[in-house]
Amino acid sequence: MVETVIVPLIMIVIVLVAVLVTVMYIVLLERKVQAWVQVRLGPMRVGPHGILQPLADVLKLFVKEDITPARADKWVFTAAPIIVLVPALIAFAVIPFGRDLTLFGMTIPGRIADVNVGLLYIISVASIGIYGIILGGWSSNSKYPLLASLRSSAQLISYEIAVTMTLVTVIMLAGTLSLVGIVGAQLSKGWWFGFMQPVAFFIYFIGGLAETNRAPFDLPEAEQELVAGFHTEYSGMRFAFYFLAEYANMIVVSSVATTLFLGGWLAPFPSVPWLSFLGLVPGWAWFMLKTFGFLYVFLWVRATLPRYRYDQLMRLGWKWLIPLAILNVVVTGLLKVLV
Amino acid sequence: MVEAAAFYILAALILGFGALVITARSTVHSVLFLVADFLCVAALYVTLQAEFLAVIQVMVYAGGIVVLYLFVVMLVNLKRPPEAHSDPRRLGRLGVVMAAAVLAELVAIFAVGWAKPAGGEGALSPKNVEQIGRALYTDYLIPFELASILLLVAMIGAIILAKREL
Amino acid sequence: MITTTHYMMLSAALFTLGVVGVLTRRNIIIVFMSIELMLNAVNINLIAFSYYLQSAIGQVFAVFIIVVAAAEAAVGLGIILSFYRNKETVNIDEMSLLRW
Repeated sequence: MVETVIVPLIMIVIVLVAVLVTVMYIVLLERKVQAWVQVRLGPMRVGPHGILQPLADVLKLFVKEDITPARADKWVFTAAPIIVLVPALIAFAVIPFGRDLTLFGMTIPGRIADVNVGLLYIISVASIGIYGIILGGWSSNSKYPLLASLRSSAQLISYEIAVTMTLVTVIMLAGTLSLVGIVGAQLSKGWWFGFMQPVAFFIYFIGGLAETNRAPFDLPEAEQELVAGFHTEYSGMRFAFYFLAEYANMIVVSSVATTLFLGGWLAPFPSVPWLSFLGLVPGWAWFMLKTFGFLYVFLWVRATLPRYRYDQLMRLGWKWLIPLAILNVVVTGLLKVLV
Repeated sequence: MVEAAAFYILAALILGFGALVITARSTVHSVLFLVADFLCVAALYVTLQAEFLAVIQVMVYAGGIVVLYLFVVMLVNLKRPPEAHSDPRRLGRLGVVMAAAVLAELVAIFAVGWAKPAGGEGALSPKNVEQIGRALYTDYLIPFELASILLLVAMIGAIILAKREL
Repeated sequence: MITTTHYMMLSAALFTLGVVGVLTRRNIIIVFMSIELMLNAVNINLIAFSYYLQSAIGQVFAVFIIVVAAAEAAVGLGIILSFYRNKETVNIDEMSLLRW
């Protein structure tokens, strides 16, 4: 009873709190990194070097007035931010954070749940998140949000195909859909899949940028083009949900990339015996390090690259990434059979 | 006990959302109730230990087909939906009564004729995905290939039908 | 104890809801969505039998039904869109003349 109910509940609370705190500080980190790239300082006032800025942001969003546009569909308008946030958070249920620990005579697993279709679960949950964007734009009953939401959802659906194809190659290498099994396969093969499948890693990274509406694929949210995109009419806590959901999606994409391509909670070179002192660092520390590295690259790319135009974006997704991903699947299959 | 509670709750949700789909006034609300219905059906599949089908249901049905419906509903942006005025030629209420009678008949047939529970309700092997994959690629390879050709044809057809000019 | 009979009754009820939707509503998009409800009812039946008879064949068949439903939805919605562009209506009572 304790093992099957209480331990997962405690882990869920820990993971949710960790994700929300990380989201808040990623927002601050993004502003700081962009500032340093642009040779300025970023938020410096609230707390030493702006460390407490996220608290100020949260407080501001809490007390802001919640406006609903006239003739907006009330129920859908309220439900859309929830529909975006919930999939972003429940995707963390299957990600393995670390080794299984043994405390107080109980085995505490390194993940909340080990579903044997874990990878498909994350993909399916991501496709539910698209509804929040479509409905947010439509229910605002206003031109710019509707256009932006249709563009954004078309972009998400297009890049979802390329991303799913890259995940197919990882499944072919690992032989299982369960994320715990994929990390175990990387341990037994001795190589992170990022080294065995560099093309897939590259396509997943680009697809991940597009899936989370991040620069250089952030036309649907660009300030210069569409006011603020599909969340123009949202204010206060509802806007905070959209904001949270976007950064939580970023963390999900980074965590999945870490698990699939960078070895999850494994230390570097896991099967080389004389480097096994690296295993003294706990698994979840390696996981966090790799995820933060991936997130930092997201922020770095945003500060560096210019934005893609919408037709260039769609052309990239459909005419370059999907054929490349399918070719990758074919080549991986051939190599598996012949080698 | 837990399985029974799960079944009854999910069955009530599925039928409730289904009824809301066919009776909602606004088309977008109908589509949203359909999504909720499909998610409940996926939960039902999980209780039947068909996890692969459950995620396929969410990914393809709820996350693909219904998104397509939502796009079409938004493109066909009607000011006055067809049901805004009532058509005297239609006998809607009579239809509902007859459907209820058919349903009662079906339920009576099931309840009387199939009183014995079928085989053991043991679990399918936990390697659900492997079993389905094996079956698809060995015994049912030809239907699998035909299904992929069907999808290709449907894709081409949908693009041609929906294009503004060829 | 939940037996196959329970699942068959649920499936029959959902199928009946789909049939009522097809026969009663005038908006053709709602008619298509009711058809999806009917296909789901059939899927529930198949998966329940696959569980109780311990065979994966029911699930394989359900996968094929989902594939067919996807193809049908795509082509059907394409037809609806073309029709709407020509006649500006989605009322099936007005879709009765093949010419104009």
